[in-house]
Amino acid sequence: MTEHAASPRRGDTPAAHAPAPQHVVETMTGAQSLIRSLEAVGADTVFGIPGGAILPAYDPLMDSTKVRHILVRHEQGAGHAATGYAQATGRVGVCMATSGPGATNLVTPIADAYMDSVPIVAITGQVTSKAIGTDAFQEADICGITMPITKHNYLVTDPAEIPRVIAEAFHIAATGRPGPVLVDIAKDALQATTTFRWPVETSLPGYRPVTKPHAKQIREAAKMLVTAKRPVLYVGGGVMKAGATAELRILAELTGAPVVTTLMALGAFPDSHPQHLGMPGMHGSVPAVTALQKADLLFTLGARFDDRVTGKLDSFAPYAKVVHADIDPAEIGKNRPADVPIVGDAREVLADLIVAVQAEFDAGHKGDYGDWWERLDEWKTTYPVGYEPAPGGQLSPQQVIERIGRLVGPDAVYAAGVGQHQMWSSQFIRFEKPGTWLNSGGAGTMGYAVPAAMGAKAGRPEAAVWAIDGDGCFQMTNQELVTCALNDIPIKVAVINNGSLGMVRQWQTLFYNQRYSNTVLHAGPGHDGIEPPAQGTRIPDFVLLAEAMGCVGLRCERPEDLDAVIKQAMEINDRPVVIDFIVHQDAMVWPMVAAGTSNDEIQFARGVRPDFGDDLD
Amino acid sequence: MSKHTLSVLVENKPGVLARIAALFSRRGFNIDSLAVGPTEHPDISRMTIVVNVEDLPLEQVTKQLNKLVNVIKIVELDQSAAIQRELVLVKVRADNDTRSQIVEIVQLFRAKTVDVSPDAVTIEATGSSDKLEAMLRMLEPYGIKELVQSGLVAIGRGARSITDRSLRALDRSA
Repeated sequence: MTEHAASPRRGDTPAAHAPAPQHVVETMTGAQSLIRSLEAVGADTVFGIPGGAILPAYDPLMDSTKVRHILVRHEQGAGHAATGYAQATGRVGVCMATSGPGATNLVTPIADAYMDSVPIVAITGQVTSKAIGTDAFQEADICGITMPITKHNYLVTDPAEIPRVIAEAFHIAATGRPGPVLVDIAKDALQATTTFRWPVETSLPGYRPVTKPHAKQIREAAKMLVTAKRPVLYVGGGVMKAGATAELRILAELTGAPVVTTLMALGAFPDSHPQHLGMPGMHGSVPAVTALQKADLLFTLGARFDDRVTGKLDSFAPYAKVVHADIDPAEIGKNRPADVPIVGDAREVLADLIVAVQAEFDAGHKGDYGDWWERLDEWKTTYPVGYEPAPGGQLSPQQVIERIGRLVGPDAVYAAGVGQHQMWSSQFIRFEKPGTWLNSGGAGTMGYAVPAAMGAKAGRPEAAVWAIDGDGCFQMTNQELVTCALNDIPIKVAVINNGSLGMVRQWQTLFYNQRYSNTVLHAGPGHDGIEPPAQGTRIPDFVLLAEAMGCVGLRCERPEDLDAVIKQAMEINDRPVVIDFIVHQDAMVWPMVAAGTSNDEIQFARGVRPDFGDDLD
Repeated sequence: MSKHTLSVLVENKPGVLARIAALFSRRGFNIDSLAVGPTEHPDISRMTIVVNVEDLPLEQVTKQLNKLVNVIKIVELDQSAAIQRELVLVKVRADNDTRSQIVEIVQLFRAKTVDVSPDAVTIEATGSSDKLEAMLRMLEPYGIKELVQSGLVAIGRGARSITDRSLRALDRSA
């Protein structure tokens, strides 16, 4: 099986890329031992900011030729950059911060990485071991704080433990269901003299992820797939994390079953593939949402029945039996009972399934999905994702995103913030390859895009990296553009500027009688938000802001300039580029399933419920 | 809802109890009783956790606990196939008139009088929750001045040990 460069591969720790030196035993400080350990596990990039407690580690870091440290402007940026790096490269991302506020600023990106199962290691300095618990200056119990949002964390007070802990942290982050691991190291442990030994024995008696699926369950699943009349392959981020996209395609084409890819799995199956129905969920495509509702089998691969996918759980996919394959046993049966549970790595699961399905075929059992496809194709033709053009010569946000996707192409990496622009990106950019779509799916972290794009570009400098951001998100983390400008990380940022917190505004439009409480971003107090806000207030002026941060600032306000501006940005590669797209503010994301309602209530456009031919009900 | 007794073998490391307690609170599970102590292996501690949940949430509790890196093994102990004990220390008001009656109750429940003073006796008793409850009901009328009770500990009947295989895993990884 060929491996994509961009295809994240579970278990592929950086150690595999950088052979560790053979049996080193040297005397050095804990800080040196930390840097040597990071080098030994193959970490090549660290995003961080120094401060008192972590300071000892920054001294030997200066001399490292293998680890590049990128000095960010805010620890949150370091965390999301590590996530972006990990998502785009498939390797473990690393961020570093000092104790107290430095560490607590990492909390949001750690929670974000936990929700989206992204392998990152966060290294934080801690006050000296004697001062722990005394409310010392810049002390925070970051292990306690991050306990529920890390896969595991460590407090290190003995310098001799540093190499083992770093090795374990990277192993835990990258294997099984990936996730963030935090290593908190007391300052005196960094300063003390110790012995660095490598390779190091890890000791994890309680950590044994199951990757090999049970043969009987695989056979049972294959049998259900070939006997189903209306199956859907419901594909989640686990397939991406396992690097199993090639296997997915083989299984899909072998069986002819339709495929839906969740927000975390965009790119796991080509959008252009005729068997692809789109994304399921609150803002999913009508064919994808409806296929799940009408299916008689959900063939679930590395997905977790998130509420944004299922809508009201008890009316989700009412006719379907469920095959549920996941690396995390706790996901199986958590929200929806599984008829056939399979615990395993998606790549191994898919590889075994291909063989098992082929065996069913050889025995003369082949699924006939002809009638099913007739209905699916009808939904696909009748309800394609689309949008209404903006009124009177204004730019429509969907058109901006669609044109970026078309002109920049499927090889680029796209990072989105959270909100309308994120959903439009998921709908109107065509994702063809794994590792090309970065977003904050589970946590919904506004401000994710710019630092994540920075991390992706640092990890894959050869790739074009575009952040598609909203003006709300952009104002949370844009300072990392300074980091990009100073460190030769030329990302592109498309600010979809509708002057408001668009998704919240959409909910106010639909559910709060158009009372726009605190969602108009560039109006002063007293503004009712109903009158067209003067598009000219321009506070802040994103073009000037971009220029101030060492980037090229462009602005586009008219549809006729759109392609030219995008192309102009594409030609600039020596600096980051920010394009301020002034778009019309009342565009809404459709289709939509209102929160807490059944997926059967999907609206194709406002007030328009598709005709499903409900004869089946 | 029904009570389930889980024996959880964990690495004997700082913070493990906090991780388990935090997991229960975060996932919204209720702990009825929790007891922690050493085992025959210095690197392993054993927790006995009694939870009051339906079957499906119990499966989630077990699976989520299993995901904690420091948790080595979880076994649900069937009430009928396990010995379950709690310890209670109780200080009961006692004077010359009532002391002998109290001592009689103590003997009836095969408990022990561990401290005597002119106004009180302190009793130590072990047993199942039912037995201890029955004894406390008997003592109640005399006046319970102070009471402290341990969490439940439990061990399976028969020759099989739940620690055997885990110890081998620990030796391998060490």
